[in-house]
Order: sequence, then C-alpha cells, then structure tokens
Amino acid sequence: MKNLFFLFAALLGFSTATCAQKYFTRTAHIDFYSHTSIEDIKAENNSGTLVIDAATGQIEVACTIKAFEFEKALMQEHFNENYMESNTYPNATFKGKLENISSINFTKPGSYTTKATGTLTMHGVEQAVSVPVTITVEGDKITGETRFVVNPNDYKINIPGPVKGKISEAIEVKVKANLAQLKK
Amino acid sequence: MKRFLFVLLLAAAGVPIRAQDEGEDLLSLLGDEETTDYATASFKTTRIINLHSVEQAAGGVLDFRISHRFGFINTGVYEMFGLDGATIRIGMEYGINDRIMLGAGRSSFNKTYDAFTKVKILRQSSGKRTMPISLSWFSSITVNTLKWQFPERENHFTSRLQYAHQLLIARKFNERLSLQLSPTLIHRNLVSVPEEAHDVIAFGGGGRFKVTKRSSINAEYIYVLPDQLLPMYHNSFSVGMDIETGGHVFQLHCTNSTSMVETGFVSETVGDWMEGDIHFGFNISRVFTVKQRKRPAE
Repeated sequence: MKNLFFLFAALLGFSTATCAQKYFTRTAHIDFYSHTSIEDIKAENNSGTLVIDAATGQIEVACTIKAFEFEKALMQEHFNENYMESNTYPNATFKGKLENISSINFTKPGSYTTKATGTLTMHGVEQAVSVPVTITVEGDKITGETRFVVNPNDYKINIPGPVKGKISEAIEVKVKANLAQLKK
Repeated sequence: MKRFLFVLLLAAAGVPIRAQDEGEDLLSLLGDEETTDYATASFKTTRIINLHSVEQAAGGVLDFRISHRFGFINTGVYEMFGLDGATIRIGMEYGINDRIMLGAGRSSFNKTYDAFTKVKILRQSSGKRTMPISLSWFSSITVNTLKWQFPERENHFTSRLQYAHQLLIARKFNERLSLQLSPTLIHRNLVSVPEEAHDVIAFGGGGRFKVTKRSSINAEYIYVLPDQLLPMYHNSFSVGMDIETGGHVFQLHCTNSTSMVETGFVSETVGDWMEGDIHFGFNISRVFTVKQRKRPAE
C-alpha cells in the first residue's frame, strides 16, 4: 500500500515536471516571394501566431490569408479571390514538432538549428513538410526563423494558362518570429 | 480502497501522457483574438454595367476605361445590326486613397464631358465590427458641348450642365451573389420642354452572379418615377457578362441605353427593349498601379 502511494506521488511529480515553458507570438512576420522573368510578386503578413512547447517540441503556426499585403491592390484581390479562396480557406496552418528539442536551451544564449517536421495546411490541402528552423537566444530575446519553398500545385492552387508564366512554381516563404514566454 | 487508488493512479499517469499528445491544440492556449473581416470584391469592377458599383480603384491605382455601344440591333443588315454605328466614352479614374476616387471622361453621345467623385462611407464587414452593407456616395457633373441648337438666342453655359447624385447600397451575400440599390437624383439646369422635370428621381438596382472565379453575369434596371420625363424615354435595362483576365476586366452587355453617363442613361434612354432597340456594347477596364503601396517596415 505504501508503495502504491509512493508511486502515485512520483507520477504526479513527473506529470508536473513535464509542464515546462511554452513560447509564443501573435506578430510573426511571414512573407513570400515569387520570382519569374515576367513579374516578381511579394507579399507580407505581420500577424502570424506561433506557439512552441519547449518540453515536447510541439510547434503550431497559423496565419490569416487575408492579412497578406501586396504592393498592388489588384494582386491582393486576385490572391484572395482567385487563388487562395480566402473566404473558403481563411487560414494557413502548420502543426508539427521540432526535432531534438532537448538540445535547444531557451534560457542559454546561442543559435540552435533544427528541423520542424509536420503538416502544412493551406487552401484546404494538407502536405507533410520538413523545414529548417533556426532558434536564436540572445538574453531574454528568442527568435525563430525559417525559410522554405512552396509549390502552388501541391496545394491545388489552380493557375490558369495565360498567367502561368507570371507565378513561380517555387515560391520562397520566410517566417520570422520574436517569441515571448507564455504565462499560463 | 484499492480500486479507488488504482483509478487515481491511472488518472495521474494520464496527465504526462496527455501532455505528449500530438493532438493537443497549442494555438488555442492563446485564445481567440477577434478581428474584423471586410467584404472585398463585391463586383469585378467599378461598374455593374452602366451603373457605378460600390467598387472603386484602390489608392494610387489608375483605371483606364473604354466603353463602347454599337448601334441598335434592330437596324438590320444595312447597318450590320448596329455594328456600323458607335457611341464611345473614354475615361480615366484614379483612387486618391482606398476611400476616395475621382474620375473624368468624354462621351461621343451629346459630346459630353463628365467628372465625378465616389466616396466609400461604409464597408460591409463581419467579425469584431459587423456591418451588413457597403455604402458609397457618388456625384457627377456633365457638360454637353453640342453646338447651340438656336445660336441666335442668348445662351448660357449653365444650360449645358447636368448633375447626378447617387447612394450606392450593396451587399455581397456570398462569394457568387452581390446586389446593389442606387437611389438616384438627376438635376438638369435646362430641360427641352416645360413638362419635363428639372429634378429626376430614380431607383437603380443591379447585381452580379459569379459563374466561375473569373466571370460573372450582371444585370441592372433603373426605374424612373413616373411623370418626370416625356413618354419617349424608357427605363434603362441591361444584362451582361464580366470576364476578368489579370489586369483587364471585359464587360460585354446588351442595353437599351445609348449614353454611358448617369445623366444620360437615367433620363435620356430612348431605346425600347420590346421594339428591339438594343445596343450590344462593352466596357474595358485596365488598371495601372501608379503609386505603390507603402509596405509596413520590418
């Protein structure tokens, strides 16, 4: 009986120990760049949300498609209405895991490189992706960064013949997030 | 007792397991931050057909428009069903910012110059701020520059002027359907006969139904309240189609109105659909980004 109590207490202790720190932001900067010989298209979004669980390495990112801003108003309209169909699919999300989370010390200054592996969902299509991630700890400032390439065809984003030459099949996406501790 | 402890044990054991669970929704920890979602692109372009829509050129964007109406279809083979005749308006429109647009144009119909302003007052939105409709205000002035009909009389420049004022009330019901109401007031400084009203009140209504992502079917009708115009004038009715290709929007339509400015198609439409007085016509819009938007600093 005593043993059982001991085991119970130990398990409880263990379960609280795993409730380690989480880091988050609501203002992640996300931009993309499509380069073709005819036209360069750039857009950016400064309202991405991101949460990392430092204990498990779980990472989740979400952004509102309508919050992407373009230099040309008409491009933004077409992006939302014709390509991303943002009324039907308002968000893009990533859910996954940071590899080797134990090697990243969020309290010790340094630059850590790892990979985030998981599911990127946009335009209603889920794709398994693995992207390189750099986490930089400078004092109490923690920055997460990634850069990867997306092909619109993979997400069933239909680009009609006449404009095929204007939209790249390798769109470069960059994410930069300044993280803060999630106090909960 | 033992069973109770066992249950407790399981419960305790369950906690760390759940923390590892892939399905845990981390983002929900942040809570929902409600935002306002504005309805965009209720119409493909700044016109439904003849009527102005609630859309306007974005700030820093120049919209170059050519509108064209062939002759009446019922003119027969001799006129190639109207193709030999043409009425045209060439115009430029510019968005001062996302809310105010200025425009000007020249029509061959009555050799008319027109200038207008369109201002967004309300934007349809949902979410944090809910607004069921979009509301814009439109005002224009037109100058008829035909030679004086009676040069020997004393003529005043003000006699050439006409004004149009409109409220544009629109709602985008869903991705496909948008409807608009346009209460209209036209003022003419000079009318041809005393029986005609100087101030003409009319109600315009129109809508679009998207067929594909890049094309839609449009229709509009303008009801002029009775006893304001001579019986020779008819209410304007138009049906057409919008086709969008990148920076261009093509609008193809059939209408009984010859003029392409408010003061003309509301109060001077002589065509009668029942008699086959139908113009085939088109509007072409091409937008140019004159001033690039300021991108937020990183």
